[in-house]
Amino acid sequence: MIDIRIKSEALRPEECIALTASEQAGGTALFIGTVRNQTAGKAVVRLEFESYEPMAVSEMRKIAEAVQEKWAAEKVCIHHRVGSLSIGDIAVIISVATPHRKAAFEACQYAIDTLKETVPIWKKEIFTDGEVWVAAHP
Amino acid sequence: MMKIHILAFGIAKDILGNSQAVLEVSEGTTIAGLKDILTATYPDFSRLRSLRIALNEEYQDDSRVLVAEDEVVIIPPVSGG
Repeated sequence: MIDIRIKSEALRPEECIALTASEQAGGTALFIGTVRNQTAGKAVVRLEFESYEPMAVSEMRKIAEAVQEKWAAEKVCIHHRVGSLSIGDIAVIISVATPHRKAAFEACQYAIDTLKETVPIWKKEIFTDGEVWVAAHP
Repeated sequence: MMKIHILAFGIAKDILGNSQAVLEVSEGTTIAGLKDILTATYPDFSRLRSLRIALNEEYQDDSRVLVAEDEVVIIPPVSGG
């Protein structure tokens, strides 16, 4: 079971946990990515996320499939939010359920690390005195 | 010459001045060639940390040859999560 979603409204961790619940699972690892209030000491007002949606979904699906293959995860859920997000809002949730805990932790870390490298989603930080596309320049 | 349709996201949209564009390129132009044309026309592309091109929702190698009416997507450095 793989559940991939890009949503414009608030993400719900309990929904992802429920989607990956399984009698075969001994451990569920949940990553919740949230909007931080500052970057390099500068106060962030909000973040704006945009995606190339069809490819973002297919790249997240590839990550979920890789997780299933490498760590024998039965169920994987990756939800990402787009639009305007406030401090503390949840930007991404990854939930992975496996028979044993070591695989769950490793799989979840792999999923978020890979998402940050390959999925065509972009965030812009809005400060009081300007805006910056994150990681665009060296 | 042939027409290539460009879609741009993130900072690429800012650099291009639009989320969409149409470029005329020579027959046989590769992805690498397209990137050269883009950076020559819009030098700010060369200042980015990376520049990838997607076609049919897949990342493409530089050697991929473009055909008329291809829709390519400019993928500037991603920052999801």
